Amino acid sequence: MLRFVVRRLLQMVGVLLVLSLLVFVWLRSLPGGPVSALLGERQTEARREALEQALGLDQPLPVQYVRFMQRALQGDFGVSTQVLPGEDALDIFLSRLPATLELSFFALVIAVALGIPLGYVAARRKGTALDTTTVIFSLVGVAVPVFFTAFLLKYFFAVEWNLLPVSGRQSIGLDATRVTGLFVLDGILTREWDAAWDALKHLVLPSLALATIPFAVVFRITRASVLDVLDEDYVRTAEAKGLTARVIRGRHVLRNAMLPVVTTVGLQVGALLSGAVLTETVFSWRGVGQALAEGFLQKDYPVLQVLIMAAAAIYVLVNLLVDITYALIDPRIRTR
Amino acid sequence: MTSETPQPPPGRTSYADRRKQRLDALAAASADEEGGVSLILSAWRRLRRNPVFLVGLAITVTFVVLAIIAPWLAPYDPAARPLLDDIRPQSNPVPGPEPGHPLGGDDKGRDLLSRLLVGSQQTLMVGVLATLFGLLGGVTLGTIAGAFAGWTDSLVMRIVDVMLSIPSLLLAFTIAALASSPSQWTLIIAIATVQVPIFARLLRGSMLGQRASDHVLAARSLGVKPHAIVFRHMLPNALGPVIVQATLVLAVAIIDAAALSFLGLGNPDDRRPEWGQMLGAAQPYLGQEPHLAFYPAACIIVVALGFTLMGESLREALDPKTRR
Repeated sequence: MLRFVVRRLLQMVGVLLVLSLLVFVWLRSLPGGPVSALLGERQTEARREALEQALGLDQPLPVQYVRFMQRALQGDFGVSTQVLPGEDALDIFLSRLPATLELSFFALVIAVALGIPLGYVAARRKGTALDTTTVIFSLVGVAVPVFFTAFLLKYFFAVEWNLLPVSGRQSIGLDATRVTGLFVLDGILTREWDAAWDALKHLVLPSLALATIPFAVVFRITRASVLDVLDEDYVRTAEAKGLTARVIRGRHVLRNAMLPVVTTVGLQVGALLSGAVLTETVFSWRGVGQALAEGFLQKDYPVLQVLIMAAAAIYVLVNLLVDITYALIDPRIRTR
Repeated sequence: MTSETPQPPPGRTSYADRRKQRLDALAAASADEEGGVSLILSAWRRLRRNPVFLVGLAITVTFVVLAIIAPWLAPYDPAARPLLDDIRPQSNPVPGPEPGHPLGGDDKGRDLLSRLLVGSQQTLMVGVLATLFGLLGGVTLGTIAGAFAGWTDSLVMRIVDVMLSIPSLLLAFTIAALASSPSQWTLIIAIATVQVPIFARLLRGSMLGQRASDHVLAARSLGVKPHAIVFRHMLPNALGPVIVQATLVLAVAIIDAAALSFLGLGNPDDRRPEWGQMLGAAQPYLGQEPHLAFYPAACIIVVALGFTLMGESLREALDPKTRR
């Protein structure tokens, strides 16, 4: 088991190294190069050369890459040029992270809490109206662009029916103590129940919007996987032995059917990260996704560089954790 | 005598013909029972009766036909602004429905129905080209990896792994952000690039399966040249899953194009409309004039659903696990 973890960790380091190289090349291939991107409209020939020398861009490319890596390992990714001019790019990421973590966590909880039970029930009642309805719903869910789902929810629940807040993470004017930056958790920790409740209300619509695609995928995988397992001989044997339905469901069907679902949930973190860019923009949710959207629009490359590397690192790390969990559940994986 | 002429009596020919027909029918029937027919034929037999597939096919065919005849169907030029005079910046920024304009106009006074109809063309083009480019890139990489195996395979697959380590839509945003001036083409290239590693992985997997198969071994022992083995024996047999994936990618491409336009990374030139772009452009009016967003969104959803239904049922039909 230890060997498996070490090998996967080494693989991950390799992937991240190549990724850093790609981001480096990406920055170099920007229209007009990084200097133009930094100087924007103010560029003159003299300024260009001065900045190129200051940034070490007159050095050979391998030297530049080594320097880039040295700075990156010290957490120095440069300062924002557009989103929050002058602010350290890494600080922007860190200050935005809790908002996105909170949103993604709730979205994932919704997707899993609805997707797995519904998938199981749909598989057990294959061909019934319930099965058909949920399958159609999951297919439509994937076909709707995420930001449009977000907009629909916002339009009806917040604007038309006025049931939930339109945007933001907390009502303006509400004085809440910050501990972790996760607003709901903060409210609970400080026992400011009104703040926690307010933050929770703000979370409902964005996390529902973000959850649609992961829900659809988790639902479909669970349904397919349960259907596969129900056909297995060991389930028939268990039934023939006269085991109770509960034992068969828990020990024979669900435990085996959950294996592909675990992997899928890990992969959905990717959908959450890209979905956050769109959902946060619709709901003015001040998280990493919104910073990314602004960065793309205003071409703030230092910020983009940090956010993209961080998103990839999170994605790779989560999937590593998923693989380790998987290996813990299923001993067959470890031997490969 | 007349009976000695070489012409066989009419009764005998029909007997031989009937026998042939009976044999053919028998062969077909036994092939049907034993599953000896080709994969595609047996898949088609199941698909023909599958309502999910038929609905998907109907949507897709309607969409493609509509895109072809749209210029004749659209009552107005999508770039013309017949409703310009109706716009009042304060009280009426978006002209409502009126005789001759059943859906009203957009914020620039252009006929919304005409733009939706003609928009199907660009939407189809974005979907098809992005899928095609992604397919080409993926098939090239996958063929190289699957054909050479060994270290070439490892190298290609590591590159693919790195590309897959960035969430796909995020990667598309990143690539689109590279362009100094966004256009329809940067949009297509961004969406296509994201699909390359997925296609490559799929094809490489089924190519490796083909490598180990008996017919490739037979070809090799007969002394067939390596490139002929790869292109005539392995590639055609390995393409099945890739084609199915392509159907699904068509839907993804159309949805992703909308997401890119929403973030301002799409085509800024709106004289030739595209649904994703129309949806993105409806942003400022979401609160007051939601119908500007509803129509293009509904079109995207229906078409994406059509491709998805078709792709999913194709996948199911070709999957050996579900073939009974």
